[in-house]
Amino acid sequence: MAHRKRFPGADPLNLWGNARGGSDVSVSVSAVSRTYQDRGAVHALARVSLRAARGELVAVVGPSGCGKTTLLELICGLQAPDVGTVRSAPAALMPQRDLLLPWLSALENAALALRIARRPRAQARACAAALFAELGLAGFEDARPHELSGGMRQRVAFLRTLLSEKPVLCLDEPFGALDAITRAEMQSWLARALAREPRTVVLVTHDVEEAVLLADRLVVLCARPGRVIAEIEVALPRPRARTDARVVAMREQALIALGLGDRA
Amino acid sequence: MSALPALLLVAALLGAWELYADLGGVEPSLLPAPHAIATTLAGNTGLLWKNFAITAKEVLLGLGLSLVSGFAIAVAIHLWRPLRRALYPPAVGSQAVPIAVLAPLLVFWWGFGIFPKLIVIALICFFPVLVTTVDGLAAVDRDQVKLLRTLDASRWQAFRFAELPAALPAALSGARIAVAVGVIAAFIAEAQTATIGPYGGLGREIVTDESALQTPRAWAAAVVLCLFAIACFYTLTFAERKLAPWTTQPTGDRP
Repeated sequence: MAHRKRFPGADPLNLWGNARGGSDVSVSVSAVSRTYQDRGAVHALARVSLRAARGELVAVVGPSGCGKTTLLELICGLQAPDVGTVRSAPAALMPQRDLLLPWLSALENAALALRIARRPRAQARACAAALFAELGLAGFEDARPHELSGGMRQRVAFLRTLLSEKPVLCLDEPFGALDAITRAEMQSWLARALAREPRTVVLVTHDVEEAVLLADRLVVLCARPGRVIAEIEVALPRPRARTDARVVAMREQALIALGLGDRA
Repeated sequence: MSALPALLLVAALLGAWELYADLGGVEPSLLPAPHAIATTLAGNTGLLWKNFAITAKEVLLGLGLSLVSGFAIAVAIHLWRPLRRALYPPAVGSQAVPIAVLAPLLVFWWGFGIFPKLIVIALICFFPVLVTTVDGLAAVDRDQVKLLRTLDASRWQAFRFAELPAALPAALSGARIAVAVGVIAAFIAEAQTATIGPYGGLGREIVTDESALQTPRAWAAAVVLCLFAIACFYTLTFAERKLAPWTTQPTGDRP
């Protein structure tokens, strides 16, 4: 079972800090299987193992139905595995749909975790407001979610995840719903944000290029049941360009692992 | 002007009514003409006002009671599922119990004051609030609740941040139905429960006038009741815009 304890003693303004001491492994999923009995015995995950060291960005890539979302919910403690063990430092989930609350302003949505932690309203708002400009959201503090563009909504959702002050971030296809241009912008934005203030990140995506651009390591899953079929270290310097020959080669390697390589 | 269509329609209906009452051969003691009602209204402002004050107090307090009780029962049902099976059948059944059966008992328990009347109004009006709020709470996006759990929200916080606001528009729709029914509920309450004193509210006034063949005055009282119901309804609609602005806000007006 995953730990669900609140992370202690976090400095409200040192939002990115990860010098927490303790083990160097933030996330450890060992030989986990998960079957959904209520949906006609769907085998979501079969003996999946995954580790993320502190400060590491692990990308989980695979086709639809490979149990990626299940994996994140296991790490966040929303589900328990049928078999195997899940250990994780407290993890915050950024779901595939942004799930911003329509009755709160952008700022209040971003500060939601602080409000839940019973910080005073003004202090919570101030914490979130300090990061709004950095995320290109200045001027939209009081906008309601439906007034924001897709990219802005994702940034607010990311900020909400970040402000939960948990050492592990689980990002579930964070840019999957965005158009190609906004998505490219958001990818480099995320890379910059994490370069400056690292966290342990498990990034689920079906976009292999996105995984190679952002991750330290790729874990490739196949579908039905979800199994790990390859692990690829991405030991490339940052920032990475999508046109870089090494990035292209690594992308090709991942696609071949998925059985999708160009055999020209 | 947004009130114009309604005013035109009312004017047309009043014109048709006036013609029918004057030329249609209907007894004035059965259907007085609008101008006769207007004259009676003007000539009885003191009496009507005193009765209106009583009825308005009953309606507002009774509606308050029904909104609070309907909402509270809905929340209880939502938070504890077994209550749904226990409370829903009696709640539905309560809507079929004729007030005439209950009224003497209520008066026996609580006397001739305002309280039995509030109970009658609450009994009639809590139901739409209950049903819409239960449905509104059940229709909350489960993923939003799940997200709040990952942010370590307690059960109460999940309710406060996700379920309550999500259910608010539905609860307010129920409240609008309750408000529209509230005035006739007050009439039933006054007509069915005994009152001591010279003024028993507009409902009591109508009952007395009808039996004394004072039809124009009964109609004048009915007009006041109608106007009050309309005023209550629009006050609540206005409050809804303040309480749940995200449901009515147009898209695209970025700051």
